[in-house]
Amino acid sequence: MSNGAFEAMQRPPAPSDILLDVNDLVVHFPAGRRGLFGARSKVHAVDGVSFRVRRGTTFGIVGESGSGKSTTAQAVMQLIPVTAGQIIFDGDNIAEFRGEQLRLARRKFQIVFQDPFSALDPRRRAGALVREPLDLLGIGSPEQREARVGQLLEEVGLPPQAASQFPHQFSGGQRQRLCIARAMAPEPDLIVCDEAVSALDVAIQAQILNLLKRLQRERGLTYIFISHDLGVVQHFCDDVAVMYLGKIVEQAPAAALFSAPRHPYSWSLIAAAAPPGALRERLKKNYLVKGDPPSPVDPPPGCRFAQRCPFVIDRCRRELPILAVSNAGHLVACHRVDELGAPDFGAGM
Amino acid sequence: MTAPVLSVRNLSVSMQGSNGAVAVLENLSFDVAQGATMALVGESGCGKSMTALAIMRLLPEDFTVTSGSIMLDGEDVLGAAPAQLRALRGNRMSMIFQEPMTALNPLYTVGDQIGEVLRQHRGLSRRDATEQAINFLKVVQIPAAGQRVRAYPHQLSGGMRQRVMIAMALACRPRLLIADEPTTALDATVQAQIFDLLGELQDETRTAIVLITHDLGAVAELADDVAVLYAGRCIEKGPADQVILHARHPYTRGLMACVPQLKLGPAARTAPHSLDEIPGMVPPLGARGAECAFLPRCAFAGEVCRSRQQPPLDAVDSGAAVSCWRHREITP
Repeated sequence: MSNGAFEAMQRPPAPSDILLDVNDLVVHFPAGRRGLFGARSKVHAVDGVSFRVRRGTTFGIVGESGSGKSTTAQAVMQLIPVTAGQIIFDGDNIAEFRGEQLRLARRKFQIVFQDPFSALDPRRRAGALVREPLDLLGIGSPEQREARVGQLLEEVGLPPQAASQFPHQFSGGQRQRLCIARAMAPEPDLIVCDEAVSALDVAIQAQILNLLKRLQRERGLTYIFISHDLGVVQHFCDDVAVMYLGKIVEQAPAAALFSAPRHPYSWSLIAAAAPPGALRERLKKNYLVKGDPPSPVDPPPGCRFAQRCPFVIDRCRRELPILAVSNAGHLVACHRVDELGAPDFGAGM
Repeated sequence: MTAPVLSVRNLSVSMQGSNGAVAVLENLSFDVAQGATMALVGESGCGKSMTALAIMRLLPEDFTVTSGSIMLDGEDVLGAAPAQLRALRGNRMSMIFQEPMTALNPLYTVGDQIGEVLRQHRGLSRRDATEQAINFLKVVQIPAAGQRVRAYPHQLSGGMRQRVMIAMALACRPRLLIADEPTTALDATVQAQIFDLLGELQDETRTAIVLITHDLGAVAELADDVAVLYAGRCIEKGPADQVILHARHPYTRGLMACVPQLKLGPAARTAPHSLDEIPGMVPPLGARGAECAFLPRCAFAGEVCRSRQQPPLDAVDSGAAVSCWRHREITP
């Protein structure tokens, strides 16, 4: 991110800058009973998540499995029922939309999934697959739709003859291009990329990332970019939220997050992803947490990260820290944020 | 220098397709010494996993080894009779896979599955095997090993399942361990733990490891040597630090450049540059010509590359070797 963009983040954005405003989003799933007559347990997949996405920017969500990043994406896309909270998209709370109203609103927000093969109907040709959203939303005349398909294929870097081929005739990278063309078809404002490059080989991953960047530049697209790969997130995102067990634990412009991370969980993630060398060894020794993330079923009170946090104190186990501003534009949910400060993450490299 | 644990010489594998045999691996040679780690890197379809399966003699039905040899401690793996193979696998060479859930039997406890290896190869009684299994679970740092030994795979997290796989694979202290993308399905913090664990166990057991991965960070951290595969051919190999820091082949350099490296500290405040990409994709099986397979994607391709056959591996100082006609001209 450029310095100008970084400074822009420090000012409260004008309302029209905000394309998506998620307020206190909660998604719980039922998880059976504890014992035959016990209370019903709940998976707290997303537990009070708030964030804003500025138009034309990329908002990254990182975290390990079970952190709720994909559930957040699916809730924003209205693909799963929301337990509580608002999802204000371009001024409308789409969490309240139902039926036809929701169906028509969908043309403005689209999603690209991790596995492009299972996202495409194997019995339909590429052209029909890309045209499908236009058909379903009744956009344009049949001739216009046909022309638009050709244009979309070209935009995502597929040859025109691709239209008559079936998904299995494409490579993984080409299939992901098809999925992107499909998502682009109704000219959305927002595209959610849920681990959209994670299953691809590194060379292909770079091609798809560059394609997404170019489309963003040309069309002013806004992205929510979900990934577990911090290097990719740093490269691709303007703002980043770090999620852990259904909560955002830290959120900041990418430049601020990676130059001076503040939450112990972010330290651990960064230590695990640091480039090889002496720095990585030091970070891993000091900050990498042990064990696996605990289950999001009925999480304990207090900080969700307390169980694994090397800096835990009693208060962390009792009291849930709220996500609060630590410096301009940098939000952290940790009781000890002031005390722990921002440790040295790479000076002297 | 002592004899290597694993010695692969001129290994070629082909697949029986509908239009005749197609080369999958061509002329692959490498050695792995005791206690050393050899990484095989490259994109999907380059033959990394096929190499592993050939060593384990687990190639799918349509695939055959057309030439070459694979020696494990001087013993011919390719010529081994079924009984000999059973004695080799699990005992002197073993393998861990990418997806621990599909590699573990969901109907048996993890203790039974680790114990099975010991009962088969070491002739331990059921009780002794279970006792040993608990010890191995402790070695791979699974908490509450005494209880976990009775757990079924679905009751464990992904990271713990991969630890169980490692315990199983190392139960007989094999001479050779093949790790095929052992952490790809795991979270980043768990990945780092698994790599640390593999490194620690290797220091102790002196097992030779063949690590198959696309994660160049893992290569830099774990591997002593690297072989970069492209379209079934080895295009660059050598000591890991040489190949990683001073890559010569345009493909290896491209692979390094297209991975966004995490920048930390003050460097994280600089604007990201646009990502280098390697255009096109790995040529599919059967569509590979006699010339350099990377030619259609190579930014440095010249007349010499088009007019000549696949370049041989050319040894350079520092112990590396690279298969590129122009590497001496284009290496910065």
